[in-house]
Amino acid sequence: MELEKLRHGTELIKRGFAKMQKGGVIMDVVNPEQAKIAEEAGAVAVMALQAVPADIRKEGGVARMADPQIVADIIAAVTIPVMGKARIGHFVEAEILEALGVDMVDESEVLTPADNSYHIDKTEFTVPFVCGARNLGEALRRINEGAAMIRTKGEAGTGDVSEAVKHMKQILGEIRMLKGMTKEELIAVARDIEAPIELVMETAEMQRIPVVNFAAGGVATPADAALMMRMGADGVFVGSGIFKSENPELMAKAIVEAVNNYDNPKVLAEVSKGIGAGMKGISVGSIPDEDILQNRGW
Amino acid sequence: MKIGVIAIQGDVSEHVEALERAIEQRGEQAELVTIKHKGIVPECDALVLPGGESTTLGKLLIREGIADEIRDMNTAGKPIMGTCAGLILLATAGDEQVAKTHQHLLGLMDTKVNRNAFGRQRDSFEIELELPFLDTPYNAVFIRAPGIVESGNDVTVLARIDDMVVAAEQGNILALAFHPELTLDTRVHQYFLDKLF
Repeated sequence: MELEKLRHGTELIKRGFAKMQKGGVIMDVVNPEQAKIAEEAGAVAVMALQAVPADIRKEGGVARMADPQIVADIIAAVTIPVMGKARIGHFVEAEILEALGVDMVDESEVLTPADNSYHIDKTEFTVPFVCGARNLGEALRRINEGAAMIRTKGEAGTGDVSEAVKHMKQILGEIRMLKGMTKEELIAVARDIEAPIELVMETAEMQRIPVVNFAAGGVATPADAALMMRMGADGVFVGSGIFKSENPELMAKAIVEAVNNYDNPKVLAEVSKGIGAGMKGISVGSIPDEDILQNRGW
Repeated sequence: MKIGVIAIQGDVSEHVEALERAIEQRGEQAELVTIKHKGIVPECDALVLPGGESTTLGKLLIREGIADEIRDMNTAGKPIMGTCAGLILLATAGDEQVAKTHQHLLGLMDTKVNRNAFGRQRDSFEIELELPFLDTPYNAVFIRAPGIVESGNDVTVLARIDDMVVAAEQGNILALAFHPELTLDTRVHQYFLDKLF
């Protein structure tokens, strides 16, 4: 076998990796012990970070990429894929995460943005990227920059699912509106939502965005996770919802089962019983505008 | 004919669409069903185990009670195809990574697998692969792919990369380390359907 014939980091491979996560739960973890709990519960991947969004929100200050030692320890602890968060526009953090061997980089608004004008040129990387989006324009701009996966932004660290619901409905509604439009109408939409016309046309044709679309931000209970799946999410990210709950082991397992049985209320009732209290949370409406994370990125 | 695709987790819709295309091309009729719970596998004439996370899939196949149904299906000699995670689940034995996570294997194919045999996602690759049942190479997509490191006498090796077996057959079972469902080339799915029609 001539190894130079292997092609790495193609769009097919990056998007393919994201597709393998479908129907799964990706859990935020801050140390190897939590990563093992997530793997044992049936998570499809873990997101390695310094502090879960609820703590980032509480502690304030500048939130950055996790300590590389912690990321390396988490990679060594589990066999499922490990993802890591880089600041928006911070391509060096992304390069470090790639060098560490993470399987996907989350260019995340939960961390403090490093660049207030530009996102990372994700086409320059071998590792695939996931980015947040609140509407179709944001999603297609990120895909145009090379994102292989999109997630709703929600409002991270709140345990309030309402913003994730809003973003998912917004994106899916905008896709439905493209149906049956003429090319000139699609061109007008592309201009309006500041997205490339090719991607708008592809989305109109497929009636979905061209990459996997997960829900994230504020998912705190099995019912929240099932709600996002019912709405059309391809899978779910859970941040503070697991390790800020009363019993993370039970909560993690219950959320995995809820995503697998999202269309069966009887099973949802069963898996939601006796798992302890969810994270305390904070309603989005009570947060001052300057502390809202989803407005980061554009 | 009824063809089932295990739909617990992974790239299920891609397999369904690839099978639909392949069935249409050969002018046949078949019903495709996605399977998340027990009770459906026994009605199927053929089964696909898709790509996804094998640790997650293995756990949930047991929790949902589907694992035993798949074993019965194999005993009945019905065609089963496993791709990537599916290849791992079909194996009788795994490497230390499999042992570490106490991974559940179906043990239907006399193979020992190495999970992530080619490395992490940054090492994932595409390659033009020669397959004995095709005239021209197949663009095979390997994503955090496994490889078969040992196989019994009943296993026919179809393709290797270096010393790793990446496609193999044992009776009614076809196991692939790559993802034929991620490309529009249906020739591998056609080869699988030849076992059914």
